[in-house]
Amino acid sequence: MVLVFSDDKKLTLEMLSKGSELAKELGKKLTAVVIGKNDDALAKEYIAHGADKVFVAETDIESFKAEEYTELLESIIKETGAETVLIGSNKNGKELAPRLASRLNTGCVTDCTNLYFKDKKLTTERIVYSGNAIAVEQFNSKPQIATIPSKVFDPLPKDDKHTGDVVKKKFDVEKSASKILKIQEMKSEGVNVEDAEIIVSCGRGFKNKDDIKLVDDLAEILKGRTVGCSRPIAADLKWLAEEHWIGLSGHKVKPKLYIAAGISGQIQHIAGMRDSGVIVAINKDPEALIFKSADYGIVGDLYEILPKLTNAVKEKMG
Amino acid sequence: MNIIVCAKQVVDVSEMKVDSSTKKPILQGVPQKISDIDKNAMEEAIKIKDKHGGKITVLTVGPADAKERIKELLAMGADEGILIPYPDKYDYHVVSTLLTEAIKKIGEYDIILCGEASIDLFSGQIGPRLAGLLGIPQITYAQSVNAEKDKITADRNMGDKSVTTESTYPVLITVTKEINEPRLPSLMQILGAANKPINDWTVESLADGLNPKIDAVELNGIPMERKNIIYKDNVDESVKNLVDSLAKEGVLR
Repeated sequence: MVLVFSDDKKLTLEMLSKGSELAKELGKKLTAVVIGKNDDALAKEYIAHGADKVFVAETDIESFKAEEYTELLESIIKETGAETVLIGSNKNGKELAPRLASRLNTGCVTDCTNLYFKDKKLTTERIVYSGNAIAVEQFNSKPQIATIPSKVFDPLPKDDKHTGDVVKKKFDVEKSASKILKIQEMKSEGVNVEDAEIIVSCGRGFKNKDDIKLVDDLAEILKGRTVGCSRPIAADLKWLAEEHWIGLSGHKVKPKLYIAAGISGQIQHIAGMRDSGVIVAINKDPEALIFKSADYGIVGDLYEILPKLTNAVKEKMG
Repeated sequence: MNIIVCAKQVVDVSEMKVDSSTKKPILQGVPQKISDIDKNAMEEAIKIKDKHGGKITVLTVGPADAKERIKELLAMGADEGILIPYPDKYDYHVVSTLLTEAIKKIGEYDIILCGEASIDLFSGQIGPRLAGLLGIPQITYAQSVNAEKDKITADRNMGDKSVTTESTYPVLITVTKEINEPRLPSLMQILGAANKPINDWTVESLADGLNPKIDAVELNGIPMERKNIIYKDNVDESVKNLVDSLAKEGVLR
């Protein structure tokens, strides 16, 4: 059996798509796990998106704790005999999966960008060395646990005719010695670089915080209105909030147009934007790494180029 | 307070080059260092020791030359190092089992500190695996920590929210890069580190018949197919050419 779990619904739907492909190849069933209260609408949605079964683990756990979720999933995996387990690679999933693997004495691969059978073995691909390489690995024992980041797979179209069972079971979990004291939402400007169609980004080539206006202006004209940045701007100088940060440790983006101004093109930054449609680089250093990753580039002073580019785009778009 | 810091020697990814024909990373000859975030874990351990006293032990599974790197952590303020060599074949299951057996052999511990992930492969498995094998609570992604006599509180960076978690001891904590700025040891400290012990523990003394659950198949390069059309002459001309190209690409709508 193939088992899928995430506390993020969108991510679960994406994993169900890959999960159903793997289950078909194995000739096995696909089960989605829901932890917490029974939610019939959610179970129905998972079934319509490919689940053959929804396993609802009813508990009185209020917030996610890796220790308690591990114990729950360990019981469910043992009870269902699941051999392939896909876990959503959000922050909760990434601390849950390895702990679960250790309890089951088994293998785990995190952040898989691809997953397939080769020589009948589950084979994974993930990006390593700051986005410089893809490690291809294979499981040699079961259960096999893989975590999958969001937006790697597309959910299956909704099929209301697809049927499945809903199984509910109550669980008493031994409480962890840790205690959650406070959960605080981080301040947000409502920027979502991950969904943006056009992004204009700034980097260390900018001399002052106020100069970011040059990027703002271009983004505004391009109707993308989304400003991104590289690590120094968000993490070191803090000129922009972390939600603008694009890169390996920041956000991973896939816009149709990505303009990088004053960004040298460190591999960590490239790892966050390499899947963009068209990439444009503006940098005064003709040797800057960013040009190797760009479709189009202008070598020159961004302080001169950006205002001219903004005007030229304005004219072109009418 | 007995603190164990798990540290990994890694290739310095910022010094890594890619073979221009195969696009595969070149791993030979790249400088080695202690993974950056493990140094943050070390720094946090020193802060806790400064407050409560105790002992800091650095635990590493790595090649023989990792001793040189462990010395850097001893210079920062660790009291003792333990180096376990890599077995012939290893994965996170093997390494975390070795670390766990070593921790059990050390015996008394209150806090285990790790980086949230190592900068080379960035899996983040070791911390949660150790906590799972030892059956103790885990507080991951800590961006600030407050250790008191009989409990510890940490603010965890969960991206869109911050979660404050408290735990009794023993506890495993993984830290993020933002938690602190690792200190640079003074010359005196560097010289003093030479007198601190680094013990070699063998794989056989810790675990029998360990086999990886994951096999490495290959390491592939990432092809970056881009047009690389670079305008470098007159700015006005370059801007015009760029805008025309973008219009043709259909991204100016």
